[in-house]
Amino acid sequence: MNVKQKRIIGLLAVFAAVFSVAPAAKAMHIMEGYLPVKYCIAWGILCIPFLAAGFFSLKKTVADHRKAIIILSMCGAYAFVLSALKIPSVTGSSSHPTGTGLGAILFGPSVMSILGILVLLFQAVLLAHGGLTTLGANTFSMAIAGPFISYGIYKLATKCKVNRLVAVFMAASIGNLATYCITSLQLALAYPSQTGGMFESLVKFMGIFAVTQVPIAIIEGIITAMVVSALETYAKPELSEIGFLRGGQKA
Amino acid sequence: MKIKTAVVLLIVCVVIAVVPLMLIKDSEFGGADDAASETISQILEVEEYTPWASPVYEPPGGETESLLFCLQAALGAGVFGFGIGVLKERKKSRKEA
Repeated sequence: MNVKQKRIIGLLAVFAAVFSVAPAAKAMHIMEGYLPVKYCIAWGILCIPFLAAGFFSLKKTVADHRKAIIILSMCGAYAFVLSALKIPSVTGSSSHPTGTGLGAILFGPSVMSILGILVLLFQAVLLAHGGLTTLGANTFSMAIAGPFISYGIYKLATKCKVNRLVAVFMAASIGNLATYCITSLQLALAYPSQTGGMFESLVKFMGIFAVTQVPIAIIEGIITAMVVSALETYAKPELSEIGFLRGGQKA
Repeated sequence: MKIKTAVVLLIVCVVIAVVPLMLIKDSEFGGADDAASETISQILEVEEYTPWASPVYEPPGGETESLLFCLQAALGAGVFGFGIGVLKERKKSRKEA
């Protein structure tokens, strides 16, 4: 990332912080029309610097590592497949994996903001799943918070000398779970309970999203570890080129 | 990863997905987002929350929706499988060369 790009992201970050914190202080995807307008706008604005960082990071990856493009497109495809799979869960409702952990671990978390928003757009426009008004909030939870947490967990685990595949498992599953915890938080912020305040709402929404998500997060972790193991077998040159085999790529 | 480990892990995944289907008999396994909308109505203490915006396009009926979901999965799986195939063949041809 060059100086100019860094400056743009910095500016956007300041802009986002100013405009999104104001309304928030007052106070599986979120469905269309289910979030008050000011929250839709705030979450949307908050996503902008991450999307800009993602765009530049994506551009750099494509320019510098032409050989790795095939793996990059596979990461996008992975998120596409996994978010189409609605898996029944122990709570009696179903939810789907996010598939964003893989790309975050291999290419850095900001790249996933772009790949993730593409998936969310497809689902919002064609499937009425999620929505355009809630796109900002959903992008923040699935394409930004999830990948960044996955990436952080992966870094931490490799630093603690955890086996690489175990680290991948932990990163992908916790990242998945985190996505839905953020979704719960977003809903709780917008709908604080009249009796118990925001915290009571948070517990309620976590009861729905996070609990449903636990088994699905485990599945996503296992499958992501298998995919990384397959890539280690077949794509060693690319993986070392993007810096993965040295212990990860910088954001 | 050895093939044997991979098979065991896949079986674990299938078991995790199938167990709820057998244990919870009367559920339709609706989306978690539907459950959340009920909670929103509860918190706001209204009969039913009315969303202020509606989707630009809604698939007409469950069949079309499952078609589009299939399409999403198929596109993703297609690209992913193609990628793995290319990488695998390339590794093979490198070894022979």
